Amino acid sequence: MSAVPAARPAEDAAAEGGEDRSDGSAGRLAGYNLGYLDENTKRMIRRTLLKAVAIPGHQVPFGSREMPLPYGWGTGGIQVTAAVIGPEDRLKVIDQGADDTTNAVSIRRFFARVAGVATTERTREASIIQTRHRIPETPLREGQIIVYQVPMPEPLFRLEPRVAETRRMHALADYGLMHVKLYEDIARHGQVAISYNYPVMVNGRYLMAPSPIPSFDNPKMDRMPALQLFGAGREKRIYAVPPYTAVKSLDFEDHPFQPVRAPAACALCGSQESYLDEVVTDDRGGRIFVCSDTDYCHTRQAAQPREAAE
Amino acid sequence: MNAPLTPGFAEPVLDAQRCFRAVLEAMARPGRVQALPALPEAPAPLAPAAAAVLLTLADADTPVWLDAGEAAAAWLRFHAGCPIAASAAEATFALAGGVPPALRDLSQGTEEEPHRSATLLVQVAALAEGGGWRLTGPGIEREHRLLAAGLPAGFEAEWAANHARFPRGVDVILCAGDRLAALPRTTRLEAG
Ligand SMILES: [Zn+2]
Repeated sequence: MSAVPAARPAEDAAAEGGEDRSDGSAGRLAGYNLGYLDENTKRMIRRTLLKAVAIPGHQVPFGSREMPLPYGWGTGGIQVTAAVIGPEDRLKVIDQGADDTTNAVSIRRFFARVAGVATTERTREASIIQTRHRIPETPLREGQIIVYQVPMPEPLFRLEPRVAETRRMHALADYGLMHVKLYEDIARHGQVAISYNYPVMVNGRYLMAPSPIPSFDNPKMDRMPALQLFGAGREKRIYAVPPYTAVKSLDFEDHPFQPVRAPAACALCGSQESYLDEVVTDDRGGRIFVCSDTDYCHTRQAAQPREAAE
Repeated sequence: MNAPLTPGFAEPVLDAQRCFRAVLEAMARPGRVQALPALPEAPAPLAPAAAAVLLTLADADTPVWLDAGEAAAAWLRFHAGCPIAASAAEATFALAGGVPPALRDLSQGTEEEPHRSATLLVQVAALAEGGGWRLTGPGIEREHRLLAAGLPAGFEAEWAANHARFPRGVDVILCAGDRLAALPRTTRLEAG
């Protein structure tokens, strides 16, 4: 006996590929189940998410489904979002901090079509933020969920390729290999040579890959009021950091963790605090730095004439 | 002859999504009481919140143990499609309306796979924020207070042992009427 007989026709239609049959009243495609995934898959992902929240930083395997997007487009994050999202949500999607890249626009449109959800580019207005490679500059708050697209969930994979062995290390909290690697970096380069995906300890217990965000963003994960969920589609892993949970970048007493930021101000909004992208402006080698977070930068630019007048 | 079954969720897809969000919020913010926005007509003595959680999360892959009698088991088998476990030790979800099974007797997961542990739903007489236990740990900014009326006297000591087994251990969802609050294994609990 199916738990959800009413959902069957929609799932079947989705399986056939579902041509564009937009249901004007709901604003979502009539041919798709809510959030695209079938109810069995959503239940499995939901159970996985709850265990992930109960064991902060621990990677929980899940039965990742084929999605209508190639790996690398955030199929893990999309499945997590699809299992969580509902009609009351407002979704923001960013790719490297920007709302307007092809990847971000595609994912936003996908959910507008299959879940009928409202979307936004404003960090403040979003209830769910799906992200690739950045955490917004605007501090996240209670009531928000940030979903990270993760290509490689295992922080030890470069140091220990055997999956069974990394699992044993996590079970024993045996992270000596990572400490040795960081120490060798310091001996060789005078500092830790990791600017992205800098490993963190969650709640003092699990070593975790913060998806390839810049190390600049690592401090934002620590005791964040929002719930952080991570989905790795190809590697079939989900993990989570509950609100107000300690997330510490690995370091040494004599070499404390230092987030890296280009020593410049944004050429558009003047921010001295935000994470910057270097942009080539002409073919004679001209370069400027601008905020990677487009919403943050636009908001600051919009506020500036008024500030100047005051 | 069996009595006819009462309905499950009115809108299965939407109701499950809304209930899941309430449970996710509860697990992410231990001790905060969540009101479930959609409730099935569960047969007594199944509390509406407990029934909603099981409809949201249980299915053919998750054996459920419950002490709520044959009518509740039949209702759950029909609407969730889940097998009914013969003992609490075999259950993915265990539901206690009466005296709950000992936490140590439920599936704990392993050191490598601590997520393969049971979730215990306990129906309590009442849940209230602002008094009772002092809860700390992940999901809690400083301290949450939670009053759960009707648990057995030894629960706090059992919970301390469960917490100490981390990363193994059971996660608990306390249900009262249409409301619930969660205690993930990471939560430290002090009597108020
Ligand atoms: Zn800027």
